[in-house]
Amino acid sequence: MPLVSVRDVHKSFGKLEVLRGVSMDVKKGEVVCIIGPSGSGKSTLIRCINGLNDIQRGSILVEGQEVNDPKLDKLALRKKVGIVFQQYNLFPHKTALENVMMAPVKVLKEPKREVEARARALIAKVRLSGKEDVYPGHLSGGQQQRVAIARSLAMRPDVMLFDEVTAALDPETVKEVLLTIKELAAEGMTCILVTHEMGFAREVADHVYFTDRGVIVEHGPPEELFTEARDERTRRFLSQIF
Amino acid sequence: MFELIAPIFQRLFEETGWNFIIFYDRYEYDRFVTGISISLQLILWSTLLSLVIGVLGAWVQTARSALLRGIVDGYIQLFRNTPPLIQLLFFYFGLGAFTPQVDMGGYYEPMISAFTWAVLSLGIFGGAFNVEIFRSGIEAVPKATAEAAESLCFSSWQTYAYVTLPLAFRISLPALTNNLVSLAKTTSLAYVISVPEMTYTLNQVWSDNINVPEMMLVLFLFYVVVVSLIAAGLHALEKRLALPGYGR
Repeated sequence: MPLVSVRDVHKSFGKLEVLRGVSMDVKKGEVVCIIGPSGSGKSTLIRCINGLNDIQRGSILVEGQEVNDPKLDKLALRKKVGIVFQQYNLFPHKTALENVMMAPVKVLKEPKREVEARARALIAKVRLSGKEDVYPGHLSGGQQQRVAIARSLAMRPDVMLFDEVTAALDPETVKEVLLTIKELAAEGMTCILVTHEMGFAREVADHVYFTDRGVIVEHGPPEELFTEARDERTRRFLSQIF
Repeated sequence: MFELIAPIFQRLFEETGWNFIIFYDRYEYDRFVTGISISLQLILWSTLLSLVIGVLGAWVQTARSALLRGIVDGYIQLFRNTPPLIQLLFFYFGLGAFTPQVDMGGYYEPMISAFTWAVLSLGIFGGAFNVEIFRSGIEAVPKATAEAAESLCFSSWQTYAYVTLPLAFRISLPALTNNLVSLAKTTSLAYVISVPEMTYTLNQVWSDNINVPEMMLVLFLFYVVVVSLIAAGLHALEKRLALPGYGR
């Protein structure tokens, strides 16, 4: 059974139909990249997976839990699904360490000492040892983004969503963030990424989806999609990027 | 304290005619100290009431019920758009006329004292501004920051308490300082409903002793000192809470 199963999902903002029947499966330990032009519904799709946006039709199953359910236990869902945003969205009034510790301590009511040890280990893992007591305002974009990844991992999710996490970063710091994600993937974390980093997608992804105007145009293993795309739209998009 | 300064002001009066009677006459001195105490209590309680109203009102304004929001909106319009002097008179003479009298053993006293009416009236006046100040602070917190909290399993109440409110409070502080300073000064209006605060007290002193310029000077300095202390305290708080790496 796939970890995340998306079936015929439709989503509109008012009259604007953003997703028009999208389906995809993500198996445990798989790394999936979603690529496509701006406005194709990529970000909306992954935001739907952890219930930040609701859907009008279709089904999203995460470990068998239906997301499109009015009685959905959002907290139980979000414990399983971590998300990292383009703009990091750290809590500016808390230090890096406090950002990572906050949710496990305040929400999951886990013992503080235990959480702190885990948080310090996570900060080391994203290569930010020594920055524990620094506030987000004094960190670079790439550093903030890695704190955001550590913050999400502190909840011990089963799947991580990355919503254009390098889009707001300068090329220098993009590398360090991608390296962190790559290590996560290598450890077997299930990852769904919306990205414009084609080189990265090609290298890390097990499966790539190309979306345009709310539908999945085609999908396949990266070597296949990037070299012998069948659809004209995919080819045109890829030729503009490379 | 009194023993220390009394001879100095006694001599000043005898030699120059400058009559700071509150600093050398025991009776007037006690009156003056009571005035300080009442003024400070009035400032403290009306400020606290205005803050409670501000936080609750701003919270209600984020509510879904249009009725609740409308009530808070009406309250703001009513108390922001009328002079505080009229509000005090309205509360004390208008509403005060309908409150029951209590038998104090031979004589009757209104159940709600002039002081209490002043706290209520000024608190409600200041609160109307605080609601707007806190609301603008809440609206200035990026939605994405609250969304990040939600995606980390925070309930909407936890998001409000741990993320939105702490950030909104910081954003609101400069405007809040202005309003609380203004409220502290407005407490002098309680004079018109005979609350024996500083203005009222000194008015009595100068009526009894015909030393208007001297008492005016004291009154003026009293507010300078008190309001400066309040402003300094709030500025210190603002500095302490400033988000590192943002703004200054």
